[in-house]
Amino acid sequence: IVLKILPNLGLGDRIPSHQELERMEKEEAGDRPKWDNKTQYMLTCVGFCVGLGNVWRFPYLCQSHGGGAFMIPFLILLVLEGIPLLHLEFAIGQRLRSGSVGVWTAINPYLTGVGIASLLVSFLVGMYYNTIIAWVMWYFFNSFQNPLPWSQCPVNANLTDLVSECTRSSPVDYFWYRDTLNTSTSIGDSGGLQWWMVLCLLCAWLLLYVCCLRGIATTGKAVYVTSTLPYVVLTIFLIRGLTLKGSLDGIKFLFTPDLNELMNPSTWLDAGAQVFYSFSLAFGGLISFSSYNSVHNNCEQDAVIISIINGFTSVYSATVIYSIIGFRATERFDDCLEGNILALLNAFNLAEGSIKEGNYAESLQNLNGTFPETIQSLDLKTCDLQTFLSQGVEGTGLAFIVFTEAITKMPVSPLWSILFFIMLFCLGLSTMFGSIEGTVVPLQDLNIFPKRWPKEAITGIVCLVSFVIALIFAQSSGNYWLALFDSFAGSIPLLVIAFCEMIAVVYIYGIDRFNKDIEFMIGHKPNLFWQVTWRFVSPLIVLVIFVFYFVTKVSSNVTYIAWNPSSEDFPTLEVLEYPAWIYVIIFILAGVPSLVVPGTAIFKLIRRCCSNKNVYGAEVDTVSAKVQMFTTKMS
Amino acid sequence: MLVWILFLLCQVGAPALAQDLCQRDAPNGYKVRISLKTALGEDAYEWNQSEMFFFQATMAFAMRRHFQMETYNVDNIILCVQTSRVSFWFVVTSPDNTTMLIPKADVEKAVRMSRHRINNAFLLSDRTLEFLGIYPTLAAPVNPDTPPWLIVFGVVIGAVCVGIIALLISSLLQKRRKEKGMTEDGQDEEDMQVKGVENGINLDGTYNRGFTDDDRFTKL
Repeated sequence: IVLKILPNLGLGDRIPSHQELERMEKEEAGDRPKWDNKTQYMLTCVGFCVGLGNVWRFPYLCQSHGGGAFMIPFLILLVLEGIPLLHLEFAIGQRLRSGSVGVWTAINPYLTGVGIASLLVSFLVGMYYNTIIAWVMWYFFNSFQNPLPWSQCPVNANLTDLVSECTRSSPVDYFWYRDTLNTSTSIGDSGGLQWWMVLCLLCAWLLLYVCCLRGIATTGKAVYVTSTLPYVVLTIFLIRGLTLKGSLDGIKFLFTPDLNELMNPSTWLDAGAQVFYSFSLAFGGLISFSSYNSVHNNCEQDAVIISIINGFTSVYSATVIYSIIGFRATERFDDCLEGNILALLNAFNLAEGSIKEGNYAESLQNLNGTFPETIQSLDLKTCDLQTFLSQGVEGTGLAFIVFTEAITKMPVSPLWSILFFIMLFCLGLSTMFGSIEGTVVPLQDLNIFPKRWPKEAITGIVCLVSFVIALIFAQSSGNYWLALFDSFAGSIPLLVIAFCEMIAVVYIYGIDRFNKDIEFMIGHKPNLFWQVTWRFVSPLIVLVIFVFYFVTKVSSNVTYIAWNPSSEDFPTLEVLEYPAWIYVIIFILAGVPSLVVPGTAIFKLIRRCCSNKNVYGAEVDTVSAKVQMFTTKMS
Repeated sequence: MLVWILFLLCQVGAPALAQDLCQRDAPNGYKVRISLKTALGEDAYEWNQSEMFFFQATMAFAMRRHFQMETYNVDNIILCVQTSRVSFWFVVTSPDNTTMLIPKADVEKAVRMSRHRINNAFLLSDRTLEFLGIYPTLAAPVNPDTPPWLIVFGVVIGAVCVGIIALLISSLLQKRRKEKGMTEDGQDEEDMQVKGVENGINLDGTYNRGFTDDDRFTKL
């Protein structure tokens, strides 16, 4: 069943024809930024796709959805959803040679909203993502001391005892929630700006600015380091991890397959969502990067290679992370057992070495038989390795709590800490390059700023405005705001944009025209696999994930978890409900970018009806698509 | 004869009296717990009567040091309730009157004063030579003048600012050089090599052949 292509007048006038593209290739190739070489382009795309999510989201999903069995839905959806969408974005960017706003406006002026939505999402996500980088930098700065500040509890003010908040939880928890975030007890309690966080945030944005200053001329050089260093560090950690005790337990725990999980629909949905977000689709950055390529670059090959690299990186980093988590779990288990054994030895005055790990269970049983009340009063802890292994959390908890604790147990901890946070920094920064690209280029295309303003100024303004707004995250309640942004700004709008992108290319631009374009660019028509996935499979998968997410978010009570030292279950995080005014913020984050898509179309329709102007001709006045479309020169 | 009987009684009675003074949970006594294997592992020495004697001597030394009285002796330290853990109780008697015990608080002060010396005598630490009830004093936190993280932060921010200024100045210089070149000789624009092509600013530049000379249709 092939839907009739929707009517699309004047398409030929808005986009360069194949002959024009050939001519541009030979003659005017100097006026648009170009990649210095193919390596820069590949490294930038890999850096954009490979981010913090590969390190701290995928391993958790893998472990909680049946280990090795999770690979099956992940790989299937990678092939059916990730690769087609990636190829689509690369091809359309390379063909129409402009950023997201330029591309969608060229396809149909009523679709400008898709580009604007991409712009808004890139902007919002970039803000909170760079705050995570600021946190990483804070930890990095604090790694240059021995012992590490999160390895022991600080002494309280009158030097009588250790700080109670720390002894009740743990030194790593205390350092994260108190020394780093100085977190308040609820999102409504702002608590003022934390000066050290403001400094780190400033440093993060300045560093981003220096790398993105001249667009791909500067980021193209930076990616040689930021995209390759994480792999080096991961390998170092793998070698170090495998020599530690208990690492193989961790890896076994990660990959032990539980095929029953495949029956669970949430496994497939989580896999689909992970593939989608992991590829950084719908941000507009990939379209932009691909538009700087030569017209005959093989985008099909690129899409497949980058997808494979992304999938491989997820699995590789999961292995490394879980080897270290296995080590940590074993250390905790050994400490727990040792504590119990010491308690027994002390209570019964037995000789040292009489109870060891091997005969612990037996000895405990004997003693319990003869002196049950004493055993009761000792309050021995249950030590179970599996419990410790499944404490591998995701997100910031994994990086700043679990992993940092594991690092303190390794010899020469500051070195490992520095390496780890450099790796996280590089992963985050290379993703930010794509985010900035997805924000700055559409702003230029929309002519928000005067054309004679240099790129440095526009990038500077974007960084400055983002920094000022991101100061919300430097408050005491900043952590809760970030979780809010992460749940809403970076989830639903992206799915909407991706769905619209596919419909726009396949049905509005026309799949036949698209096929011919690809044949012109790379020399052969896309085969049956691409046809089926672009037309039906990928849009369907994205629609299903969107419906599921929307329904879950709308029907459930939106809650968040807070750190409250005076709560009953401390140190377990408290579950709180959002106050009523947060729903306005949620609407701004998730609703506005999504509604901009139809909103812009309606706005243009009204404007056209009122002024009776020819919308299809004069609108495309973009900086990035400098082609001779009209007989009159552009001003 | 009577004196001889009294003497015999004393010889028998003294230890018995001493035993009464030192007992488990004695009000003026302390329990000591020693973890040799934890502290020294393979190099752990055996805990025997000679080591106990050494402990008595060390405690006597600690008492002498605290009270500044040279009269404390090994006999003033009475040990009892030894277990294989190794743990035991001890009490301290006054050198003037062997039936009177030194109060707990004074013993504690003496131990705290010489704790470091006592630990080193046995090659142990606060954790492995425990006086139950006498908590080790916490080490005072080391507060450097500038927190170390600020130093690293300063270095990074300094480098970044220098980078930004350098790049901005070089962009400005390029633009000015190009403008100067355009006003001087309009025909020579096409020959100029321009670094760092920016959107819309450099209308002319040399054609970048570096990439497009590849095969037109790249093989899959």
